[in-house]
Amino acid sequence: MKIMPCPLNGPRNISEFSCFGEVADMPEPTTADDAAWAEHVWYANNTAGVVREWWCHVPTSYWFIAERNTVTDEILRTYPASEVYNQRVEFAPKDGTA
Amino acid sequence: MPIGLLRHAVRGGRRDLPPPSELKPSYDVVIVGGGGHGLATAYHLAKHWGVRNVCVLDRGYLGGGNTARNTAVIRSNYITPESVRFYKEGVELFTRFSNDLGYNIMYSQRGQLTLAHSDASLRTFRLRAEVNKHLGVRSEMVDRKQIREIVPCLHMDDDVRYPILGGLWHRDGGTARHDAVAWAYAARAAEMGVELHQRTEVTGIRRDKGKAVGVETTRGVIACGHVVQAVAGMSSQLAAMAGFRLPIRSFPLQAMVTQPLKPFLDPLVSSAALHAYVSQTARGELVIGGGSDPYELYSTRSTLELKESLIAHTLEMFPFLAEVKMLRQWAGLTDMTPDYSPVMGESPLQNYWLDAGWGTWGFKATPVSGKYMAETVATGRVPDILKPFRLDRFATYDLANEMGATAASH
Ligand SMILES: Cc1cc2nc3c(=O)[nH]c(=O)nc-3n(C[C@H](O)[C@H](O)[C@H](O)COP(=O)(O)OP(=O)(O)OC[C@H]3O[C@@H](n4cnc5c(N)ncnc54)[C@H](O)[C@@H]3O)c2cc1C
Repeated sequence: MKIMPCPLNGPRNISEFSCFGEVADMPEPTTADDAAWAEHVWYANNTAGVVREWWCHVPTSYWFIAERNTVTDEILRTYPASEVYNQRVEFAPKDGTA
Repeated sequence: MPIGLLRHAVRGGRRDLPPPSELKPSYDVVIVGGGGHGLATAYHLAKHWGVRNVCVLDRGYLGGGNTARNTAVIRSNYITPESVRFYKEGVELFTRFSNDLGYNIMYSQRGQLTLAHSDASLRTFRLRAEVNKHLGVRSEMVDRKQIREIVPCLHMDDDVRYPILGGLWHRDGGTARHDAVAWAYAARAAEMGVELHQRTEVTGIRRDKGKAVGVETTRGVIACGHVVQAVAGMSSQLAAMAGFRLPIRSFPLQAMVTQPLKPFLDPLVSSAALHAYVSQTARGELVIGGGSDPYELYSTRSTLELKESLIAHTLEMFPFLAEVKMLRQWAGLTDMTPDYSPVMGESPLQNYWLDAGWGTWGFKATPVSGKYMAETVATGRVPDILKPFRLDRFATYDLANEMGATAASH
């Protein structure tokens, strides 16, 4: 059994978790064109090495970030998303029009 | 010991491949990846397009990647017309393969039964059956009574978590000896002058003014006119050497075989809801496959979780196998795309051609992709049949969605 150290629930069987891929900054929603969205949605670094990923503990619906080595399958560190995302993201167009 | 056997032991090795040679300073075409896809492309380049100054490089041994690790399911019952047309030609090439190449690949067309355990699956099966029939592929909906006739030993009771409601019966489905496919292409390509270099890893792609002009390897640099990449799970790594990203993520895919049993299972049986599919080999072993690992990894280790899941689900279909022993278990590294279709043809780099994104379903396409990749490289034009699978489809949101027809049933 492989163990994922969850920042909220402590060490749990990895089968309780879902992985949602590498942490990548969303394109600026007010200016991004189709190509930028395609790149963000479909393409991937698919890194062989250490990556920073979104994981979710499914039973508690708790989302966090894990640093994992995709070659050795080692989980190096896990932490709450607030360590990285501590600013509010504005989706409204900047000029105030709807 | 019989004298013939002794002589064979002393001589060693396969005789249908020439001994290793030095790398030449340049080739017309360098094919990276000596799996079925790379070898088939080399064969077709030499055989049908007269392009013989070709080398195939593999960092391991020939056919030692996913070509050696797959569960050999060959079928064409996909859902989009683009895919059905393409895989149908793939099946046709497999039916003629042993004769065309003079090499027995033990092709066996026994039909594939896919099980539905929900109304939603029944509806997609109906759509698949109609699309298939329209394009000349033998697929039909079958009810519980017909399923009993096709696979009498299948557990059809309702006392399971997902009772069987109906099925998709695909007469064109079958299997072949996967290694033999690679060996056949390697042997015939070598006879026509194609060079095969094993234990030769590509470490860089030489570029000049937006064009591929050579490859760096662990045995030196080679100049070339064209590069074809056919490296399955390592697709993103090679593309990175060529300077671009791909819509591909690498996941391990595991499978297993049991000890041999008397023949009892003629068709292939598959269930996406149960994440398991089963077939019996000529030797009597049961080959059992399922879904990919749950997260990305560049490793072919195997896990207890996957074994437990494959076994539990197989026992739901065939409870009498409970005492049977597992013989081998392994994994391959698969290159998964968002729409479960391959990425073939042009890349952002000129003269650098992609044969990637084959994920968990590319063995059946080995002959047909070899045929059309060779045409692409030889003519510099992507044939119409490959266009739905172009890399560009992601930028234009023109995906070839095979999720329902491909995930977990290969
Ligand atoms: C468990 C499992 C079950 C499957 N079941 C089925 C099935 O039932 N039906 C089906 O149709 N498909 C199936 N597949 C998928 C199928 O096996 C693959 O899509 C197909 O074999 C890919 O062939 P290939 O020649 O492209 O890749 P491979 O056979 O993997 O060959 C790629 C080669 O590239 C080499 N390589 C990688 N990097 C480099 C480098 N830098 N330099 C030089 N060489 C390099 C590797 O050593 C390897 O030999 C399955 C896969 C797995 C793992």
